[in-house]
Amino acid sequence: MRDNPVLRIVAKIIIPVILLFALYVQFHGDFGPGGGFQAGVIFAAGFILYGLVFGTEALRNAIPPGLLRFAIALGLVLYAGVGATTMLLGSDYLAYGALAHDLIGGQHLGIFLVELGVGVTVSAVIVTIFLAFAGRNDP
Amino acid sequence: MNVAGLYNYWIVILLMMTGFYVVISSGNLVKKIIGLNLFQASVFILYISMGKVMNGAVPILREGVTTYSNPLPHVLILTAIVVGVATTALGLALVVRIREAYGSVEEDDIHRQDESL
Amino acid sequence: MISAQLPALQVVVPLLAAPLCLVLHRPFAAWLLTFVVSGISLLVSVALLGQILEQGVIDYTFGGWAAPFGIAYHIDFANAYVLLIVTAISTVVSIFARRSVASEIEAHSQGLFYTAWLLCLTGLLGITITGDAFNLFVFLEISSLSSYVLIAMGNDRKALTAAYQYLIMGTIGATFILIGIGLLYMLTGTLNMLDMAQRLIAVADSRTARTGFAFLTVGLGLKIALFPLHLWLPNAYAYAPSAVSAFLAATATKVAVYVLLRFMFSVFGIDFALGAMPLSTMLVVLGSVAVLSASTVAIFQHNLKRMLAYSSIAQIGYLVLGVSLATPAGLTATLLHLFNHALMKGALFLALGCIAWRLGSVRLGDLGGLGYRMPWTMGVFVIGGLSLIGLPLTAGFISKWYLVLAAVERGWWPVVLVIIAGSLLAVIYVWRVIETAYLGKTKEAVSGTEAPLSMLVPAWLLAIANLYFGMHTELSAGIASQAAMVLFGGQP
Repeated sequence: MRDNPVLRIVAKIIIPVILLFALYVQFHGDFGPGGGFQAGVIFAAGFILYGLVFGTEALRNAIPPGLLRFAIALGLVLYAGVGATTMLLGSDYLAYGALAHDLIGGQHLGIFLVELGVGVTVSAVIVTIFLAFAGRNDP
Repeated sequence: MNVAGLYNYWIVILLMMTGFYVVISSGNLVKKIIGLNLFQASVFILYISMGKVMNGAVPILREGVTTYSNPLPHVLILTAIVVGVATTALGLALVVRIREAYGSVEEDDIHRQDESL
Repeated sequence: MISAQLPALQVVVPLLAAPLCLVLHRPFAAWLLTFVVSGISLLVSVALLGQILEQGVIDYTFGGWAAPFGIAYHIDFANAYVLLIVTAISTVVSIFARRSVASEIEAHSQGLFYTAWLLCLTGLLGITITGDAFNLFVFLEISSLSSYVLIAMGNDRKALTAAYQYLIMGTIGATFILIGIGLLYMLTGTLNMLDMAQRLIAVADSRTARTGFAFLTVGLGLKIALFPLHLWLPNAYAYAPSAVSAFLAATATKVAVYVLLRFMFSVFGIDFALGAMPLSTMLVVLGSVAVLSASTVAIFQHNLKRMLAYSSIAQIGYLVLGVSLATPAGLTATLLHLFNHALMKGALFLALGCIAWRLGSVRLGDLGGLGYRMPWTMGVFVIGGLSLIGLPLTAGFISKWYLVLAAVERGWWPVVLVIIAGSLLAVIYVWRVIETAYLGKTKEAVSGTEAPLSMLVPAWLLAIANLYFGMHTELSAGIASQAAMVLFGGQP
């Protein structure tokens, strides 16, 4: 598909929009429908489109597998780390209130970080799954 | 018995039995996974339809709305969908490996190869 | 302060360690982390048991949301006891795993192997500790998915088909459990098990409750490998890496049995589960058939891991027989056997792991004269085997003794006969191995002697535990009977 100019141009235009929309879904999750999982999948969809059009080799160059593995771990650590932090601050696990001076502020910060962790892990996992299947026959 | 009013349950049962039948009857490993997905999808619908409250609005706080649908089953089933995605990915990954090892995704073929050893 | 956070730490420590393990990636570092984390989990579960002994039950709420609304952990004797079994086995087997895994799995996959191990541990601990029905399903899937991965890492290609078969059966089981939980939620409007138990009393006599119970029982039956839903188990245990066979055989089915007990006794209550439903009759028939048929099939196996897998199905039969008696004594016997069976199967699978490390095979025909070349390894196998048969002075005897007493108390003599017949069948399949190892002809081509110390020490730890708990029952039987009382009292 690399030789098809229509696909290449459309992909180049649409991928930034997909990524931007993913970020919107991620950060809007505080106030309305949205959140880490949906955003992570949309974000990964941008990368998968890139991989489909330009080949898995190009995708692997764009995000090396080592980075993906690190991102998977980072998201989970971020999630569990928020819980551990609230525990260290003397509250129960994932009791966001402890993160800030007031309860509402703490809950905003807590859910923001947790959803960010979910988003990072989900997008990295989905891209990894794509590469594991589509890039199976790569040298 | 109110048959038409329970249509969501009929859909659930139909999907569930279709999926279950495919898992059991199909000898193709990929088709088995598809059947498993159908089977799980029926449970998703069961959960989602149970969250519906008559005349309930979308569960986002708004002025002038007093009755909301129950959002909890939706959250639960989002988790179950994630689990289903993970299961499908793992199952298909195993099928890819099985095909590399045996050269086939048909249960009978694989069985015959193991017997002949 | 830290003592109040122990319930969360029990699950969070292995959960946090899993991504670290993924990043570390180097085999030794990943192994060390797994071992240390298993050890910490063991300490936490011992501390939890200590707290339970002092204050009875522990309640822990997540995120500061009070019990029926948020996710709550509710720990009593029954979970603390199972937590202890899981963490202890994980610690001992992880010592063994380093050399065993190094010989069976390629170096670049070992980091992933230990990550899956830690996730499986997280899942098993989460299932046991949680007081929330849906949370239980999520942890069940975490442990199941990671155990499919662990099994698929076996070096025979049959491991792949075994893992696939387990994945299909396990997912059907988990989905059945999900349906059951969904129906209960429809009926009661709550997911908290304590709350659910109270609300169920009023609505228990409905078709929804009975359907939900049936779905849960069948789903858990698949996870337990209860006869006739056991077909995934023999291949899964036979072709998994040795350390995984030992770990899963000693923990995974035990945790599923615990969940069945929790739903039967704590959520639905004994009157509904064994009174309104004909479950007692069903379980006694299925348990008896499991003991007799699986023990008989075990006699004809040439692959010793497969033989032990069939023996596991028979042991699950004993566990179910204890439940079917529907008395505190029967339940005590089940819980006691849960612990003792973990010890004996752990020891036996570790002994087979040593043999596989040395010979590269666990076929009966290759074992000739092994008793003289690997005396320590075969020593473990002999002790484990005797415990499996149920000879006095071993842990196996204690649990069978309790089970027989409980059956006699109910006047169920046929059950006593089944237990004795099962033990006699166990004598045959254990003797086949011992006969070959000590009296069989040595194959000339094979050389080499004992397995390394890092594999022998954990195997012997479990073997000695078999003897210790065969003579000193205060600890194991004491906690088991306490746990049985808690479950029977209807107080989850």
